[in-house]
Amino acid sequence: MPNENLTVKAISGHPGALGSGAAPEASYEVCKLIDTTTCIGCKACEVACLEWNGYEFRETTFDNTYQTMPDTEWNYWNLIRFSEHENSDGTLSWLMRKDQCMHCADPGCLEACPADGAIVQYENGIVDFNEEHCIGCQYCVTGCPFNIPRLNPSTKKVFKCSLCSDRVGAGLEPACVKSCPTGCLHFGSKEDMKFEAEKRATQLRKNGFEHAGVYDPAGVGGTHVIYVLHDADDPEKYSGLPANPTVPIMVRFWKHPLKWLGNVAMLLGVAGVMTHYLRFGPKEVDAKEAKR
Amino acid sequence: MSTQTAAALPEGAITPSGEIVRYTYKERLCHWTNGVTYVFCLCTGLAFYSPYLYWLSVVGGGPMAARMLHPWVGVFFYLAVVWMHTMWKQQMASIPEDQQWKDKIKDYVENNDDAVPPQGRFNAGQKLFYWVMYYGALVLLITGILMWFPEKWRGLHGIMSVVNPLHAAAALATIGAFIIHVYMGILMVSGGFEGITKGTVTKEWAQHHHRLWYDKMTRR
Repeated sequence: MPNENLTVKAISGHPGALGSGAAPEASYEVCKLIDTTTCIGCKACEVACLEWNGYEFRETTFDNTYQTMPDTEWNYWNLIRFSEHENSDGTLSWLMRKDQCMHCADPGCLEACPADGAIVQYENGIVDFNEEHCIGCQYCVTGCPFNIPRLNPSTKKVFKCSLCSDRVGAGLEPACVKSCPTGCLHFGSKEDMKFEAEKRATQLRKNGFEHAGVYDPAGVGGTHVIYVLHDADDPEKYSGLPANPTVPIMVRFWKHPLKWLGNVAMLLGVAGVMTHYLRFGPKEVDAKEAKR
Repeated sequence: MSTQTAAALPEGAITPSGEIVRYTYKERLCHWTNGVTYVFCLCTGLAFYSPYLYWLSVVGGGPMAARMLHPWVGVFFYLAVVWMHTMWKQQMASIPEDQQWKDKIKDYVENNDDAVPPQGRFNAGQKLFYWVMYYGALVLLITGILMWFPEKWRGLHGIMSVVNPLHAAAALATIGAFIIHVYMGILMVSGGFEGITKGTVTKEWAQHHHRLWYDKMTRR
């Protein structure tokens, strides 16, 4: 069920108009700000995410790094990615990036999804999966430029971070933000978070991080999770944060021209053969044929 | 002989009522295995293709069940295509008469059948339909297996954005052919539907549409 406290903006695989669209909430765009420069990698946000969403902590692995959890999972939506990056001047940067759904303004998952109501985008910018309607086709995985959605192999449903839409709908901040001990996570309106992020980036530039900047990629219409990076010129070094994420062009082709051309061609095909019947009728066999 | 029903006679046999066997029992069974599995995949596939056709997933028992069954039935469709190929591969090969038919396609479409040259068991149009389905099924199978368990090859993440539309495009090509096939089989070519259901056609029908085949069958 879509959150009744949030106004719906877009619904996946949905023909015609949206639902009622009436919600009590004043719809301004929300945003989570992640300041990678003050993250200490404590993983409190990971635990808070599991606790709020009701998932068990998973078994950890050890490969001589702080990456004790190799990847996000269907029931592990939020992961600090540790990267020991060697800079061109020979120094080392130990980069930590909290990875989760970015809640794109132009979400590729919703674009690709064929299941009516399985993905909902709210007016406040949150992109939410409704597993009740998910059919497990994983087209969303193909559409996502951040490689976020994960399949639960036993239920064949896809899951990802909801930006705690249930908490936000009730006027609370997301669980991860609530748990952060260093204040590297902030939550508020997109406008305010952009302002805070730019302020922090300016401060960083003054303090010697001349490439510091804000990550709010325009290729997906901006995101409702934004980063402050020490080096915004090279986001890839933060464990593969894409420099210019976009919805794959072939997904756009598939969901727009191919779909409409295909629909029109099928209709014309059926209309064409019916018109042929009206104009030329059936092929009748002359009974005298055999004697010819 | 008297115990053998008309439905089980070999190709070209003349039934007691004077009709000729156009398709044997095995050929009809194969054709309808193809037909039923294809239509299932068509309906469930169209459901995932367009939001306006999502209701078609009811054919598969609802959206979730349709997503589960579509690939399985698709595999059976492909097996049915392979089965048909073992029977009809040679008969579907191109022969010189096909070009004569193609030259007269306008007369064929406008039902000026007297102007159309005599044809063998399958005319060039039927052969074209066959090969569209044959190669379409191959593309659908390969892309379909990749789409079945994308979680098993997450490394192909980038390629899937091409695989998905390719599956849809191959399906659309077969749908175009299928619309014409169903129209001709049921409405345009009177008597054709009986040929592929009960298996027999009248001698006049055989001579009119497939004279070379009729002559070959009755010469023995």
